[in-house]
Amino acid sequence: MYIYDEVDSRIVKERVAQFQGQTDRYFAGTLAADEYLPLRLQNGLYVQRHAPMLRVAIPYGMINSTQLRKLAQLSRDFDKGYVHFTTRQNVQFNWPEIKDVPEMLRQLADVEMHAIQTSGNCIRNTTTDQFAGVIDDEVVDPRPYCEIIRQWSTLHPEYAFLPRKFKIAVNACPSADRAAIAVHDIGLEIVKNAEGHVGFKVFVGGGLGRTPIIGSLINDFVAEKDLLTYLEAILRVYNRHGRRDNKYKARIKILVKALTPAVFKEKVEAEWAFLKDSENQLTEQEISRVKAFFTAPAYENLERNCAEFVAAQEESKGFANWIKRCTNDHKVDGYRIVTLTLKKTGIPPGDATDRQVDIVADLADRYSFGEVRVTHDQNLVLADVREDQLHALWKEAQAVGFATPNLGMLTDMICCPGGDFCGLANAKSIPVAEQIQLTFDNMDYLYDLGEIDLNISGCMNACGHHHVGNIGVLGVDKRGQEFYQVSLGGDSGRDASIGKILGPSFARADMPNVITKLIDVFVENRSEDELFIDTYRRIGMDPFKERVYAKAD
Amino acid sequence: MPKLINLTGDQANTFELLAKDYEGDVKANTIVPMAFFMANREAVLNAGNVGIWIDSEEQPEELPETAKTLPVIAINFPKFMDGRGYSIARYARERLNFEGELRAIGDVLLDQLSYLKRCGFNAFDMRDDVDTELALSSLGEFTEAYQASNEQPTPLFRRR
Ligand code: HEM
Ligand code: SF4
Repeated sequence: MYIYDEVDSRIVKERVAQFQGQTDRYFAGTLAADEYLPLRLQNGLYVQRHAPMLRVAIPYGMINSTQLRKLAQLSRDFDKGYVHFTTRQNVQFNWPEIKDVPEMLRQLADVEMHAIQTSGNCIRNTTTDQFAGVIDDEVVDPRPYCEIIRQWSTLHPEYAFLPRKFKIAVNACPSADRAAIAVHDIGLEIVKNAEGHVGFKVFVGGGLGRTPIIGSLINDFVAEKDLLTYLEAILRVYNRHGRRDNKYKARIKILVKALTPAVFKEKVEAEWAFLKDSENQLTEQEISRVKAFFTAPAYENLERNCAEFVAAQEESKGFANWIKRCTNDHKVDGYRIVTLTLKKTGIPPGDATDRQVDIVADLADRYSFGEVRVTHDQNLVLADVREDQLHALWKEAQAVGFATPNLGMLTDMICCPGGDFCGLANAKSIPVAEQIQLTFDNMDYLYDLGEIDLNISGCMNACGHHHVGNIGVLGVDKRGQEFYQVSLGGDSGRDASIGKILGPSFARADMPNVITKLIDVFVENRSEDELFIDTYRRIGMDPFKERVYAKAD
Repeated sequence: MPKLINLTGDQANTFELLAKDYEGDVKANTIVPMAFFMANREAVLNAGNVGIWIDSEEQPEELPETAKTLPVIAINFPKFMDGRGYSIARYARERLNFEGELRAIGDVLLDQLSYLKRCGFNAFDMRDDVDTELALSSLGEFTEAYQASNEQPTPLFRRR
């Protein structure tokens, strides 16, 4: 993991001191509420329906046990004893007092954490693959580049007041895209060219929200050394030319669409011509300096599938299931990647109590070199677990509810906070998730169904990424009543696509029934082990539509 | 009356700011809108004591190279959330190579000053109730930054 040097730590501490001053002026009445607003947003402090919310960055999803314990402690001291892991690899405190926030930030700075630019119209936390650095199938480890981008974007003087928020995601895995780069303002795919040099495919203008769009490729090889100058050029074109008259048309996706990707690219490259050979060009030295923080931990020399591990799976079907569903192959023999699921029925997806967070920290220390990753589907990953220790870990994880083996299944939903917590919601989303989890509680049946992404948002801001769910659910308001619109066919992975609306929306009570019918149509039409998304792509919308809207005879 | 501050303290404002639709003669000690300048380049430049102001939606790329000899270029922030002026300022400093007074006007708030300074501004038209001491101290809140900027052309990674 990256470790702050004296300068990194000084910058974060100076930021805390600055925010303390701004908050003092706000309480003293010398800083108006509307002027304090963008300042607190840029420090991650958002005011929502019930209380302020503090969003803390977990850069590209990496967090260590010391930092986790600090989060748990802060949630006890300043909040209601739980935290919420978001779909952007961040963590939120949902009930802090504004006056306590500078102190919380001070304590976070002590463990090398911050809330800089986690909100507001600026460059947000850069995200990447939660399996970065531990999977075989990876061009290079993307995390050093994410850290380089983090430093470049942190307190950038020119881009603190962009037309709208700005998100960058990086993927380095040719066979999968767990970072969903196609739906980001900038998506970077790390590739190697014919000469074996590392560079980036650059996609711009993807996004969800009201106008879901898949990003356009504007350059298929930006060399490693040109990373920052190319990003700088894109940001400058966007800062100058992005729309500012209508907040719903202010994302870069609208600009790229209005200009066309080809013209947008021309503008970027005209700007880049001036920046390319500037001092901002990355040096080999800097790339190596940052890479040195992401070296392999002290792996033991082990063999794959040791007898103990094989026997444990034969003995317990539950353990074998969990291995199959919740762990992935590691690039080092004798280790596996473990995903701890935070989605048990009855608990809002992504929520974890202070006690659970302390336990995760403890599990990380004992089983995985003290490091944890946060995933965009709101689960936690222990990336380096020895196969011969998996059974012991499984037992412990089960005891605290982290081993529900529903990863990737229908009941492992992405769900925004919705009307229970969020001031912008049209409808509640958590109760819908709960109803579906209760309806589909037979694990064997869920396994048979295979992987299905079901994503729920409480309004069209799309925090729950409903557009890219194989099944998407969107809360809508119909004459003051909460209704739900269903879409099918979204996908956030390699073949990213935006879902299409099924038809008129449904009342909440009908939702489990609607989902059941959709699943029935899938099961009846499925060929062998086909995934839901593939069946949908093959048979289209109509069979689903007919069943769901059929008149009862 | 707005209060003009530079990097060391209060500064007497010797220029009158003319409205965006100003039409008429070139007057000494004024700051004229960019459109007026584009239509009356020679007269403005020859006066020697007339500056220009650029609004956030205007294109500084259209300015002639001679604009770098102006005594002052002001850049307007219609709302503090409108961040286009930061990029315009860097254009003025880094492409036009303008070395004179670069003044931020409009909705300029104390908490923006250090970003403004890093983009090349060296004068700020603030509300008259602003505490000059507090404003100056906000310029020194950060002792280091990652990026290359007008203030520090070498990014931190080349100095580590
Ligand atoms: C409860 C308070 C919350 C509020 C008021 C809120 C508000 C918003 C708004 C207004 C947008 C739309 C921005 C736009 O127009 O582009 C948005 C987008 C987003 N929110 Fe939230 N949000 C909240 C919680 C969350 C949570 C808990 C998550 C994570 C689970 C989340 C994840 C996202 C993501 C990923 C997007 C971006 C969608 C895109 O790419 O366009 N939000 N949020
Ligand atoms: S999608 Fe809407 S309801 Fe859900 S958290 Fe985002 S803004 Fe709130």
